[in-house]
Amino acid sequence: MPKVIPVPDELSQPFWDAVNERRLVLQNCAACDKLQYPPQAACQVCGSADGLEWKEVEGKGHVATYIVIEDGRLNRRMPDQPYNLALVTLDQDPTVNFYSNLPGVPAYQAPVGAAVELTFEEVAPGQLIHEWRVAQ
Amino acid sequence: MTSSNNFQWRRDRDGLGVWEHRGKVAVVGYGHSPVDRRWDGVNLDTSLGAYTIMACEKAMEQAGVTIDQVDGIVCCDSHIAGGSGGSASNWAPRPYFDPPYDSEYGITLINAQWLINAMGFKNVRFAPTGVPTIGEMMGMASQAVGDGVCNTCLVIYPTGNLEGRYRRGGENADDFARGARQWTVPWGNHGGNDFINIFPHNQYCLKYGGEHDDLAPFVINQHKNGMLTLWGFNYNHGIEPISVEDYKTSRYILNPLRIWDCDRPVNASAAYLFTTAERAQDMKSQPVYVLNHSQHNFRFRTTQPDLDEVEMWTDRQAARMYEGAGLGPADVDIFNPYDGYSIMTQFFLEGFQWHGVKRGDAFAFYAGDISVKGPHPFFSSGGNLGNGRTRSAMYTDSIEQLRGTAGDRQVTVRAETALCAFTTPSSGGWLMLGKYQS
Ligand SMILES: [Zn+2]
Repeated sequence: MPKVIPVPDELSQPFWDAVNERRLVLQNCAACDKLQYPPQAACQVCGSADGLEWKEVEGKGHVATYIVIEDGRLNRRMPDQPYNLALVTLDQDPTVNFYSNLPGVPAYQAPVGAAVELTFEEVAPGQLIHEWRVAQ
Repeated sequence: MTSSNNFQWRRDRDGLGVWEHRGKVAVVGYGHSPVDRRWDGVNLDTSLGAYTIMACEKAMEQAGVTIDQVDGIVCCDSHIAGGSGGSASNWAPRPYFDPPYDSEYGITLINAQWLINAMGFKNVRFAPTGVPTIGEMMGMASQAVGDGVCNTCLVIYPTGNLEGRYRRGGENADDFARGARQWTVPWGNHGGNDFINIFPHNQYCLKYGGEHDDLAPFVINQHKNGMLTLWGFNYNHGIEPISVEDYKTSRYILNPLRIWDCDRPVNASAAYLFTTAERAQDMKSQPVYVLNHSQHNFRFRTTQPDLDEVEMWTDRQAARMYEGAGLGPADVDIFNPYDGYSIMTQFFLEGFQWHGVKRGDAFAFYAGDISVKGPHPFFSSGGNLGNGRTRSAMYTDSIEQLRGTAGDRQVTVRAETALCAFTTPSSGGWLMLGKYQS
């Protein structure tokens, strides 16, 4: 079944534009040299909005842990149940994390601790989302 | 007659020192309505409005306080089946009833103005709008009474629940994810404290050893304590405690989160009466004193809070509460944190180091004797898991334990101080109560 489709807003438009070009860009505060995801109006460390810039990051991460959604509330995903929902940390800054359904990994078999790499998945015509697959 | 809440009532920062009104504010009464699973949409005698009036009357009666003496009303005006459910929580448009049930207020929502009209309060001078949940309201009322914004203040927490599965439909039926949901929903996280806490809980098991089902003795103990709570849902509906086997074979919601790790939404109302310690001396109930209150709303640093963040947040909550009350972990007799999902409770237990429990020790503690008659009567209220999602059991039990009126639930250890809360690791509030003023 199709995933729920993200709707970009003013703040997130550059992020999703990059995803649609198969790139992962995060906010980075020039003053703090700190990556930030999801995007916010200001740097969560120093509070500055001026220093925030979009920075492409390397699509490498690790599976920190995962759950299996067996009885979720999203109509669109109910036919997918049970499905994995993993927590992926970014190698470049492990305090930044992402969700992933780990495409290709059967439910209940997510490899905790495994390396993953960035991939993209089309959820609507022209709209991609960032996903993670177990590194080969 | 409602007024703004623009006085500085929050204690939501580190290092605020001892609370300036420590021991000078008292809780003098409480009242509970019956706790139903749902409101049927028809019977006005069991509506949230009728139940709230009932709870307020009981709280006032307990202290011997009359309508004319109440000058503060702090009432949460959102019913908890709603909130993050958005339109998922709306019920169908309906014809209303005769006054005072001629709008949503009085039926599925309550606010101060509705209560003032419905009950005929005449001397209310503090009745804020936009009031937060009970976890913060208890602190708000404590500060208002301490500051003299009002003298005799009712705190009311109505918890509504209607027909249908919880938070189904609405934005959860949408094909699109907007706003903050664009970062979670495409992967299946529709939001809620189950999602927020299950990942740190898994990391907890990985880091310290143990497995999810080590929560079973804690959950079962909550059920047992609930069966000793005469106003609660479980006691009144004959919900006998489950067995370890029942727990381990129960169905998963967000594996490893099981159905028994989740509280049961209910339709009920609770009220508490606060006043000054001085006025409390002339009231007919035994006062318990507020020794400190605090609130917190920590910002997530990224998509999903992890174990490090949750431990840091709960450490800070504990430091604020102990500092403001001038007490330490060894001074706390009664400990009623929060269990809306069983997976978050260990973070509070260890953060506050109740009975010396340190990080990573909670599951071993749960496996020992945590019964109310034993040496470590953890969570003597039974919490939400033992009483339904009223979010009030923690407060009522703490008051009763300090008064010595907890009946079959009365602990056998010393009961002179109590910590109680409605909180999650990231947001909510705490209250420290004392049998004595200092
Ligand atoms: Zn910065």
